[in-house]
Amino acid sequence: MKILVCVKQVPDMESKFKLDKENKWFSEEDLAFRMNEYDEYAVEQAVQLKEQTGDAEVVVVSLGPDRAKEAVKKALAMGCDRAIHIKDDDYYKKDSYSVAKNIYEYVKDENFDIVFTGLQSQDRGSAQVGVILAEFLDYPCVTTIIEFEYNNGEIQVKRELEGGEKAIVKVKAPVILTCQLGLNTPRYPTLPNIMKAKKKEIKAAEPVDTENLLTFTDIDYPEKKGAAEILEGDVKELVDKTMEILKQKTSVLK
Amino acid sequence: MKLLLIAEYKNKKFLESNYELIAFADKLNADYVMFGVGGGSDLPKCDGKFYLADSEKAGEYNPSLHKKLIAEVMEKEKADFIVLSHTSYGWDLAPRLSAELTLPQVSEVVDVSGNNFILPACNGKLWRKVSTDGKGIITIQGGAFNPESDYEGTPEVINIEVPSVETKVRFEGYEKAEAVGVDLTKAEIIVSAGRGVGKKENVENVRKLAEALGGELGASRPVVDSEWVEHSHQVGTTGQTVAPKLYVACGISGAIQHLAGMKKSDFILAVNTDKDAPIAEVADVLVVSDVNQFAPALADKISSK
Repeated sequence: MKILVCVKQVPDMESKFKLDKENKWFSEEDLAFRMNEYDEYAVEQAVQLKEQTGDAEVVVVSLGPDRAKEAVKKALAMGCDRAIHIKDDDYYKKDSYSVAKNIYEYVKDENFDIVFTGLQSQDRGSAQVGVILAEFLDYPCVTTIIEFEYNNGEIQVKRELEGGEKAIVKVKAPVILTCQLGLNTPRYPTLPNIMKAKKKEIKAAEPVDTENLLTFTDIDYPEKKGAAEILEGDVKELVDKTMEILKQKTSVLK
Repeated sequence: MKLLLIAEYKNKKFLESNYELIAFADKLNADYVMFGVGGGSDLPKCDGKFYLADSEKAGEYNPSLHKKLIAEVMEKEKADFIVLSHTSYGWDLAPRLSAELTLPQVSEVVDVSGNNFILPACNGKLWRKVSTDGKGIITIQGGAFNPESDYEGTPEVINIEVPSVETKVRFEGYEKAEAVGVDLTKAEIIVSAGRGVGKKENVENVRKLAEALGGELGASRPVVDSEWVEHSHQVGTTGQTVAPKLYVACGISGAIQHLAGMKKSDFILAVNTDKDAPIAEVADVLVVSDVNQFAPALADKISSK
């Protein structure tokens, strides 16, 4: 069995974001980067499936600048076997369609049985790449999976819907599955596995020429609408002020 | 401008959120036709054409078939944009349409400005503006476009044939949400814990404040995923949608999915070390403090009265 996982490296969402010079994307200065949280669940599920079946190869693919190699290395340390890094400094200028097309060009001849991706990236949150890739590959696709079971070629997943409800879906390989948070418990790479991963192949690939469908105008900070009253000071002071406000503005303190 | 609005139907019901699609059309001053896979008895109240595919035949979840049916309607209507809700139904279907029709997809639109659509990025800390050359697939964020009044009208129903096609994705049915331990929708006061509490033991600081206020404990998704608090306490799109008299957000930065579940609360008090956290957008008051110091101190003060 051949399994593919698509990962993206994104900034830590707790960061303070600044705009780049052209106001097209965030400035990378002072940002810490990590593997997209949704993709950690995708990698974990791929590795668990490999452990279950015993004879699978797991390939990880990522499109991004040089730093994205760190996310790829983490995936290898978690248990993926080899990697394809589509090195692209202009990654942020590509729309989801172009990103999916790039991945497609590098994976179409590999005949993967199961592809795991994150439901969405934490930075853009478009939730498109996995599904569009499925359309290009002509694979069925189930999005937003929160449970996964594999049994002799039969796959049963649960999709997470709104309000805690789930949809039970059965499907056979080949298939693309996009992973929701909470699907499993992503492992931490152990030191021996980090060492082992250093010997694994990371194939460097060039981005292919693609045309965007979408035009990116610019990026900005959100318009402040109902800006909150900000209280600062020491804890005692804050408690007193808060009590005062709760008494005036709400009916909850009797 | 003409829009093709894709109504959502689940558990044998057309959803109330379908009116947000119409509100979006109104905001753009656009004409629209609707499409939906559903039953015929509770269609959204609206004027104009409604292309209806029988859900008994087309299934409530059968994305490749739904995609095909929508593409056929698009062929007839030649709409400028196809609009869906940014939900597990919409974000699943929209990229399929984007690929099928080679049209750009704009995900999770929160506002429009001239020819540009505004989308949140990086957990709502940034806003992206994007445009298309007048055609595309759009998903709109829940709660971003609200109907100003109740819609009236009766759609002109056009029944569409559902071809019998073999589907590779078999929908086997729904699994209800686990029994809700606490019905947060009825609570007057909710005090919620977010990732900012730091670790599981610290949830007690938040619980203590909830008890002092006589309210219920709520939680954000990361806290539930880390198993610090049970899912039945989760507030947000994948948990419960609440509107209490007082909502206290403790160490919750304010992911869009969380905000959608609580922003209609009467009064929102946020406690966060980061005063630029997106929660400040919906909060009435933001206390800049470590929740693990502030929450127990406030609880003590309330209890001592």
